[in-house]
Amino acid sequence: MRRRRPEVLRTPLGIVGITLLVILALLAVLAPLVWGDRATATHTDNMLAGPSPEHWAGTDNLGRDILFRTLVATRLSIVLTLAATIFGVGLGLLLGMAPLLLPRRLGRLVVAFVNVLLGFPSLLMVLFLAVILGVSTTSALLAIGIAIAPPFARLVYALGAGVAERDFVAAARIAGVHPLRIMVRHVLPNIAEPLVVNATVTASSVLLAFGGLSFLGIGVQAPQFDWGRLMQDGLAIIYDNPLAALAPGVAFVLTGLALNLTGEAAAGTFGAKSRIRTTRSLTERRSVSPRSNTRDADTDLVLDVRDLEIAFPGPYGPVSPVRGVSIALRAGEAVGIVGESGSGKSMTALAVAQLVEEPGRVTAERLTFCATDLRSGRRTAHDALLGTSLAVVFQDPMTSLNPVMRLGSQLGEAARRHQGLTRRQASARAADRLRAVHLSDPERRLRQYPHEFSGGMRQRAMIAMGLMGTPRLIVADEPTTALDMTVQRQVLDLLQEIRRKHGTALLLISHDVSVVSSICERVLVMYAGRIVEDLPAADLYTQARHPYTRALIGAVPEMTTDLDAPLATIAGQPVDPRHVPDGCAFAARCPRVTDRCRQEEPTLQAGPAGTVACWHVGDPLPAETKEVAVG
Amino acid sequence: MTATVAVAHASARRTRGRWTRFVLRRARRLLISLWILVTASFLMIQLVPGDPVRAALGTSAPAELVAARREQLGLDEPLLDQYLTYLRDLFTGDLGESILTQLSVAETIGQRLLATLSLALPAFVVTFAFAVPAGVALAVATRQGRRRRTELTFVGTSIVLASIPEFVVCVALVAVFAVNLGLVPAAGRDGLDSYVLPVLALAVGPAAVLARIVRVEMLAVLDADYVRTARAKRLSALRINLRHALPNAVTATLTLSGLMLATMVAGTVLVENVFAWPGLGGTIVSSIQSRDYPLVQGAVLVYGAIALTVNTLVDVAIAAIDPRSMIGDS
Repeated sequence: MRRRRPEVLRTPLGIVGITLLVILALLAVLAPLVWGDRATATHTDNMLAGPSPEHWAGTDNLGRDILFRTLVATRLSIVLTLAATIFGVGLGLLLGMAPLLLPRRLGRLVVAFVNVLLGFPSLLMVLFLAVILGVSTTSALLAIGIAIAPPFARLVYALGAGVAERDFVAAARIAGVHPLRIMVRHVLPNIAEPLVVNATVTASSVLLAFGGLSFLGIGVQAPQFDWGRLMQDGLAIIYDNPLAALAPGVAFVLTGLALNLTGEAAAGTFGAKSRIRTTRSLTERRSVSPRSNTRDADTDLVLDVRDLEIAFPGPYGPVSPVRGVSIALRAGEAVGIVGESGSGKSMTALAVAQLVEEPGRVTAERLTFCATDLRSGRRTAHDALLGTSLAVVFQDPMTSLNPVMRLGSQLGEAARRHQGLTRRQASARAADRLRAVHLSDPERRLRQYPHEFSGGMRQRAMIAMGLMGTPRLIVADEPTTALDMTVQRQVLDLLQEIRRKHGTALLLISHDVSVVSSICERVLVMYAGRIVEDLPAADLYTQARHPYTRALIGAVPEMTTDLDAPLATIAGQPVDPRHVPDGCAFAARCPRVTDRCRQEEPTLQAGPAGTVACWHVGDPLPAETKEVAVG
Repeated sequence: MTATVAVAHASARRTRGRWTRFVLRRARRLLISLWILVTASFLMIQLVPGDPVRAALGTSAPAELVAARREQLGLDEPLLDQYLTYLRDLFTGDLGESILTQLSVAETIGQRLLATLSLALPAFVVTFAFAVPAGVALAVATRQGRRRRTELTFVGTSIVLASIPEFVVCVALVAVFAVNLGLVPAAGRDGLDSYVLPVLALAVGPAAVLARIVRVEMLAVLDADYVRTARAKRLSALRINLRHALPNAVTATLTLSGLMLATMVAGTVLVENVFAWPGLGGTIVSSIQSRDYPLVQGAVLVYGAIALTVNTLVDVAIAAIDPRSMIGDS
């Protein structure tokens, strides 16, 4: 196998940055040797000349060649930058590690000291030190080094403190290893990477700081010259030869760019999120399949989905997490979808709620909600209908409410938009809805922020949010997974109560068979983006025929489960939607697999209680289903 | 249920109490920092190697004049007395007189500070007016890997722009707009058009950096669960992006804006130097070069106090907007 390239060299920008740095290093070493004499040679007969074939960037007020001066100045600029960076980073390391090594009280004093120093702008510190140390190159170097130390110290301390709490460091400490040795051998190697990245970025600001000081005349002093000094000289003659100031300016920009690009590439910060998804179909809108199949449209149905497909573009062709799912819900009916993570159940819920976003594509033979075809019209065409008649409850109530908005405006806004309520009306309705979900003191709650609520209260608030309109359907995606057991029951009871009172249909997504079977009338079992079994919840435990359903049931611990034995799990891994096998998707994990299963994909057919997609639906059930399923 | 209510009440009280404690803690840190600043600026003149008055007036100055100025500055008294006098004068707004010109330091700094603020504040406004809309628009346009080319162009451009130091921007602006095109004056503070180049020079770098940060923050927020909730409520795109996402994205931006205002005041040192702007930054540099220590003292003090206060105010403002920001601060 080929050796992996370093992370930095994997992005084009990183390659450009490293290349520039190499060129700069070569210039710093070679330029003074090759062009040193020509950079300082004065030509009184050729002062302040513009660009010419002999002097590409013209000459200065002593007739010296600007281009060569700029190239030669590379060494001093880079050497000073490196020296100040090394000094400052070293100082920062000491200050940052000190609190971790010193006695507790002394350590806190150092942290407080660093915090205070951080408040002071670094330029102020540099100027202050320049006054005390006098105007010279050395004092500028010390001053800049001291100024960059506090932020670096804070980084070292923050990262170091994190590592110092880990087990292996504690183990070393108990073993009596010297604290300094712990720091050098155990802590520093673990935080080296972010420190190096940060030092690179620091170096680029040091370069500019030094240049700035020289430019102000309080850094490098004549006859020495760095780029900042050259710029100051150039500014004085900018009307005669602008290149005298611009050439060293370009040098600054290129060097700063090289350091920044390298630092960024090393940190891998930009584009990391979206790098994976590059595809041609980004601009495609969701496609609308022909609207032909209306012959057996059932008007009693709140939701009628047929042959739902969801596709996301992937690097090797589209990936379909949901493949041909059909669901129909009547008013007041509760249907549950169960399956493992990655089975496509949450995606199905998002598609029903019209929340699948580009570049995802949703297609269906039929996608009707409250007798309205959701596939027709623009994206926003059904906002009013969906906003008032469809409620969505998400899994994690801790993150599903906006942390910076009061509960009142989060509840009221949809009603104001879709039902035209005034602020006051919306607020009154919101208070009423909070009461409906049994939250006490609703008027005060409306003025509170989500972080003032517990998890269960937030989930109630989410449900109340859905009740602001008159929902015909509630799509609840793992509404109780993030809650503890007693609160789970309360939230499920609340959903039941709403369903009974208002005849609202419920589509409940869960990985937990017992949750679904306790409140739903019908259960759909999903595997690898398909529905593999569809049966009444009452028959789930006794009549389920699909080996996957049986395995799911077997994985639920019961009161009689032997707690000393390992809990039952389903052997093997769920199917990766990028590589769906031919034949039955469950074949690889199925205890009853035959050759036919591997070659031919089963379709849904009538079973004893519902429909099942399994070639073995007619076979007698094996005596010990659980045993086979344990993995 | 009553138990739950009591808990909720208590938690609300806790939050409020936490905020008060936070503000008090920050105020204490500010006071300590200011005290250190004052003491450091007092000590500065003592720490200068040799005789500061001799250094300022030069070797050719008559001995009587040096003695008179030393007397005037009180440099011959015991250190503690000098410190107390310095503190007392400070509270009455007296920063002493310039060694060279005998003018009141407080008055000089007052005038120069106005000139500096007249650059820094417009630059600050320009930065935000550009960066926030640009960052938000780009985040919305390029989220989830859409419009990859726009994203690359923007990231590339902003990295390049952010790599250019203010003084190089200044020089380039002067070379193009003043020297080549002759549109605006190259230096001085005279009329509205003389503000154009220095304000631009101050704003370009920070605007590029800020736009990038706003975009990254906004991208993260647009993927948050509560934005999905907002989408599920079928709100308008404008309300989702501006009311639900933006306030969550600006917390980091605000933290940065404090630093940015501070760097802008710092940037004025260089920018004022290029444009011969009669501001505080120019005064600091020229007084360091001419070793007019009382003037340096005063300028460092005022400049430092501004930066420290701005940083503290920003921290407190963030804590008020986003209570979670106080967590982990001790």
